[in-house]
Amino acid sequence: MASDATKAPAAGGHGGPILGAAYTYGSITDKISLIVLTKDTPWSWLVGFAVGFLLLQVLLLGLAWTVAIGLGTWGINVPVGWGFAIINFVWWIGIGHAGTLISAILLLLRQHWRTSINRFAEAMTLFAVSCAGLFPLIHMGRPWFGYWMFPYPNTMGLWPQTRSPLVWDVFAVSTYATVSLLFWYIGLVPDLATLRDRARHKLIKLGYGVLALGWRGSAQHWFRYEMAYLLLAGLATPLVLSVHSVVSFDFATSILPGWHTTIFPPYFVAGAIYSGFAMVMTLTIPLRKLYRLEDFITMRHLRNMANVMLATGLMVAYGYAMEVFFGWYSGNPYEIYMLLNREGGPYAIFYWALILCNVLVPQLLWSERVKASVPALFAIAIVVNIGMWLERFIIVITSLHRDFLPSAWGMYYPTWVDFSLLFGSMGLFVALLFLFIRLLPMISIFEMRTLLPSPATTRASRGAAPAPAPATGD
Amino acid sequence: MAAREAVYGVMAEFDSPEDLLAAAHRAHREGYRQMDAYSPFPIHGLAEAIGFRRTWLPLLVLIGGVLGALAGFGTQYYAAVIDYPINVGGRPLNSWPAFIPVTFEVTILFAALTAVLGMLALNGLPMPYHPVFNAPRFALASHDRFFLCIEAADPRFDRQGTRRFLESLNAREVTDVEH
Repeated sequence: MASDATKAPAAGGHGGPILGAAYTYGSITDKISLIVLTKDTPWSWLVGFAVGFLLLQVLLLGLAWTVAIGLGTWGINVPVGWGFAIINFVWWIGIGHAGTLISAILLLLRQHWRTSINRFAEAMTLFAVSCAGLFPLIHMGRPWFGYWMFPYPNTMGLWPQTRSPLVWDVFAVSTYATVSLLFWYIGLVPDLATLRDRARHKLIKLGYGVLALGWRGSAQHWFRYEMAYLLLAGLATPLVLSVHSVVSFDFATSILPGWHTTIFPPYFVAGAIYSGFAMVMTLTIPLRKLYRLEDFITMRHLRNMANVMLATGLMVAYGYAMEVFFGWYSGNPYEIYMLLNREGGPYAIFYWALILCNVLVPQLLWSERVKASVPALFAIAIVVNIGMWLERFIIVITSLHRDFLPSAWGMYYPTWVDFSLLFGSMGLFVALLFLFIRLLPMISIFEMRTLLPSPATTRASRGAAPAPAPATGD
Repeated sequence: MAAREAVYGVMAEFDSPEDLLAAAHRAHREGYRQMDAYSPFPIHGLAEAIGFRRTWLPLLVLIGGVLGALAGFGTQYYAAVIDYPINVGGRPLNSWPAFIPVTFEVTILFAALTAVLGMLALNGLPMPYHPVFNAPRFALASHDRFFLCIEAADPRFDRQGTRRFLESLNAREVTDVEH
């Protein structure tokens, strides 16, 4: 832990060190690369992966059922055409946003504490976007025609209607997935070279070698590399803001009460970052414990993430308040009814649960004692994850199920297939995440090295440095 | 054509980024130009020290972005105005504000692809074989050591002289690099 560490080299700024103990270039490399280059797979990894893998089977069952029988197996009906699929889509894509925020925006803002969580958060983005992309695809009913959404010359003489936000979504999400993949992979290349040089087994060496593209750490290469990385960060920053804005346009450009508001884009973006940080927190807290990474992901990181959650949570709360205010202020009877129905209608319990999860519980983060307690942070992060899912449930369902004419009203009840897809997508996410942790360095090794002081300056004190964690050999 | 040198170059190993940086500056002052430094992480000023000051990458990315914008808007314009015009309530066929989101996304996509592919292409990657990997301790360049390699292609290269010069630079070890 940070408190009992010797004079931490990377201390600085407020809120404690971003590196828990004194490391050298070699020991930091060993510590991170040996998580991957070892024959010992921890049992906790096996348990985690098994849970993910089992849930993945549930997803496959749900998908097979959907494809074989059709969308009639879902709970969607005529007033509520967008059920769990769209809720899950918005939830997952929002979770992804924290990864890009950490890797791109915090890089541009020179927040060095991001270094130990950015690789992991980028991987999380990638897997969350994979889960997100699945839902609109299967919601189309005939996912095998998914490529019709892209503009390509075809014998039908048709083009996608690019005036529709649903088509904007296709471009936004596919660009986001591609750029996230590039960003993640480019960040990995120097570390893949490290793994190539450290691996002993010939095939493993070959595998990492191919992926490392022959990276040799040349000064000219680093120069262009840093330039490319900076440019990618600059490109990803407006991209991430655009993606959730476009997602919110799916709602905001319609005329349904509760959806047709201009506050949606910023409110969705804030909610995305909120839920994403909650997910990063949910994942890093067990992982740092499991792999004894408390030196790299310190209390300072958790504290900073808690602060980001608190700030974005307040923005989201402002969004909820403004929804209520403008609904009332509009004087529009449909808007007013939508609000009354949200707060007192058949789904009211979920609305109040969402207020509890997203607005009330996170206020605990004002307390320094709560921010210093890892279990409390973990619990709050879980609550926010649930709250953000409920938020999308409320947005999608309450506006659709009672819109203008009472004769067109209806109720929405999800079926077991809906639940299997929701929990199954979590399985896909968890399984991918555990594979990533086992096969690739989950912390950027080369960026961690840059946090260290040079051996030239610490040569005198080197003898006093604590020994790194014992290497568990390959 | 001149006879091929017997070695690719001579390589010196250093303990710290400062030693490498100082050595790179010295070598450049000595008149060596065909050289490269290798390090486990980017070192500020190292590329400049070996005389490498600029890259075309930002310009390429700008061009990629502009092409992306043109391709994104152009495709939508072609589809909506030329190839398949539909009159929707008398609204203009070239309803450009509605085309902006897709244009923006395609701009970012092209620029990002150019940044990554351009960086790899300018760096000559992927490159499965490179002589520096023949240096016995070069695997440490991705671990905790810092290397400077003066290449035989340099006009001032002299196997013994260059070796003596590198040895004078606080190097930990100096070795020949085979082809």
